[in-house]
Amino acid sequence: SSWWSHVEMGPPDPILGVTEAYKRDTNSKKMNLGVGAYRDDNGKPYVLNCVRKAEAMIASKKMDKEYLPIGGLADFTRASAELALGENSEAFKSGRYVTVQGISGTGSLRIGANFLQRFFKASRDVYLPKPSWGNHTPIFRDAGMQLQAYRYYDPKTCSLDFSGAMDDISKIPEKSIILLHACAHNPTGVDPRQEQWKELAATVKKRNLLVFFDMAYQGFASGDINRDAWAVRHFIEQGITIVLSQSFAKNMGLYGERAGAFTVICSDADEAKRVESQLKILIRPMYSNPPVNGARIASMILNTPDLRKEWLTEVKGMADRIISMRTQLVSNLKKEGSSRNWQHITDQIGMFCFTGLKPEQVERLMKEFSIYMTKDGRISVAGVSSGNVGYLAHAIHQVTK
Amino acid sequence: AYRTDEGQPWVLPVVKKVEQMIANDNSLNHEYLPILGLPEFRANASRIALGDDSPAIKENRVGSVQSLGGTGALRIGAEFLRRWYNGNNNTATPIYVSAPSWENHNSVFMDAGFKDIRTYHYWDAAKRGLDLQGLLNDMEQAPEFSIFILHACAHNPTGTDPTPEQWKQIAGVMKRRSLFPFFDSAYQGFASGSLDKDAWAVRYFVSEGFELFCAQSFSKNFGLYNERVGNLTVVGKDADNVQRVLSQMEKIVRTTWSNPPSQGARIVATTLSSPQLFDEWKGNVKTMADRVLLMRSELRSRLEALKTPGTWNHITEQIGMFSFTGLNPKQVEYMIKEKHIYLMASGRINMCGLTTKNLDYVAKSIHEAVTKIQ
Repeated sequence: SSWWSHVEMGPPDPILGVTEAYKRDTNSKKMNLGVGAYRDDNGKPYVLNCVRKAEAMIASKKMDKEYLPIGGLADFTRASAELALGENSEAFKSGRYVTVQGISGTGSLRIGANFLQRFFKASRDVYLPKPSWGNHTPIFRDAGMQLQAYRYYDPKTCSLDFSGAMDDISKIPEKSIILLHACAHNPTGVDPRQEQWKELAATVKKRNLLVFFDMAYQGFASGDINRDAWAVRHFIEQGITIVLSQSFAKNMGLYGERAGAFTVICSDADEAKRVESQLKILIRPMYSNPPVNGARIASMILNTPDLRKEWLTEVKGMADRIISMRTQLVSNLKKEGSSRNWQHITDQIGMFCFTGLKPEQVERLMKEFSIYMTKDGRISVAGVSSGNVGYLAHAIHQVTK
Repeated sequence: AYRTDEGQPWVLPVVKKVEQMIANDNSLNHEYLPILGLPEFRANASRIALGDDSPAIKENRVGSVQSLGGTGALRIGAEFLRRWYNGNNNTATPIYVSAPSWENHNSVFMDAGFKDIRTYHYWDAAKRGLDLQGLLNDMEQAPEFSIFILHACAHNPTGTDPTPEQWKQIAGVMKRRSLFPFFDSAYQGFASGSLDKDAWAVRYFVSEGFELFCAQSFSKNFGLYNERVGNLTVVGKDADNVQRVLSQMEKIVRTTWSNPPSQGARIVATTLSSPQLFDEWKGNVKTMADRVLLMRSELRSRLEALKTPGTWNHITEQIGMFSFTGLNPKQVEYMIKEKHIYLMASGRINMCGLTTKNLDYVAKSIHEAVTKIQ
């Protein structure tokens, strides 16, 4: 007999299931709106020009393949910190931060979660917005933390339940950990306005909470890297203790290269050094040191003025296409004669949109129109193109009229 | 890490070629890999470990998890074992690590949640070889179902491996006492120059019907250190068991790194799936292994020519990147402070650091250390 007879079959991945069903469908009009990766207007993956140029530059330098330091490529981590905090940030200039390279967003969140489990003795509780990215919960759980929630999304209005959020957050026990999506909330696309962020910051500060920012879409949300990082920077300016995970999967299209970073804002540079030493002790028994390729590409882009400029243009291009698809979807729904309020589609931001569609309607979209999305009605706007937005609007109208 | 005779890092010629192929292939992009990794990489990587004609592969009872280097493979395997081996979430299962071993082994299993990490006898300092009797005794005394970390070849840090006969004895005891083999294979091909020879122990255990894990690293044998290319090979009783195991591995991977990095896996997959490139790679690996073997024999012959006190056959009998010279901490300090030769306090030297240019100096320095310091 086997050691593994009692091992249960793991649950099927819901998003994978969507893609599998999509692949099996023979309808030529089919649409995959479950995909969490950017697509161009032809529905194809997009390799940024600045990425191609950076790769060519790297290849010409004929670099070796020696191990990176445990904390990663220094030019990359420094540039990541500067990108998030802003070059004029006091925290950045004073050096009272530590940034380690992580395995994209997931790896950076995991290092952070493990670090808090080991060194944040005040609380085991991590408060997530309701809803949050599905992987947040198991990441923190596997790291040994406990999950709690605060109200966030209002399904009645398909927008932010600001009073609910403020109410819940004002009651979070002091010195708990609260996770905030820096921009382009996943899965809802609902972000607080700057005025709301200010109030959230004040409450968070009053409750003495530690903030874990997850920033997976800087630049990709509004098209402006500074605007998308505004909340992170504001919280730091308010003197709130934050830790931050960054991903370059979407904003540089480096998905499979796993480029990310985890940052801890500290009291001073000395504390930052001590924190860094502990982060390394966490990383070493996990994977020893991080992969170089994505970090080298990102570093080349961020640190080469011409490439950086090109990148800012390209990331704005991606954000603009998404925004344009939102606009076209709403106008097409109007043209179809829909009398429903679809304003949330253009109010929301980033890759994803919580349409407000119910499971039965999602099912009909799949069966009758070969349009695939997750059961919660979330669509990846990246999967919409000028060629199929009309069809999508038509189908949505059919199942909601 | 490997160094050339000029003391330089070496990017394998076949790797340079394949990277160029990848760069020129405009059909490739940077999309996410599946959670368990690049399929062509996984299948080829496990095939390298188990052999083309492996019964386990033929019987479809082999699973693979692409991981971040050998470390990542060890960690995913450890996390799985803690959750699913010997009960559910049994953190009390003893983990046995060789004395000495790579120091990160302890941390990997500790951070995976295991509470009882022990050592098993391995290095006999007096005779400068394997303490087989001590090892077998520890296995006889170990609680049933204990997990043993075995170095597939080129034991780190001693360079001392069991012979095939000794492996057979080890396997016999482990089978009788229901001990779980977790192989760490970081040097396949790099140790003897032969992939098959370096995988003999793993394959023997498979042929003896064991269910086992094998953490593979392609850092050294492909020189892909910083790309973090590794693979956890899972051998189970049948396909159904392996399928369920892999589904749970996915859950563990998802909260650790979501999906693995693509660059290194592409290089390895491309190389291993082309007969021509595969041959080229084997040639590159043999180049590295041969240089190390040459340095071993040259160092030994110099020490013997100098009539340095002690016996030095262990230098050529040991295998792989490292050698436990037998120098004591005081002698090591002398080497570092007086001769500017850097080695570990344990007396472990990295044979890759030796070159035709520095052999004489190193041999003379060892001679001085041994004769001046007791």
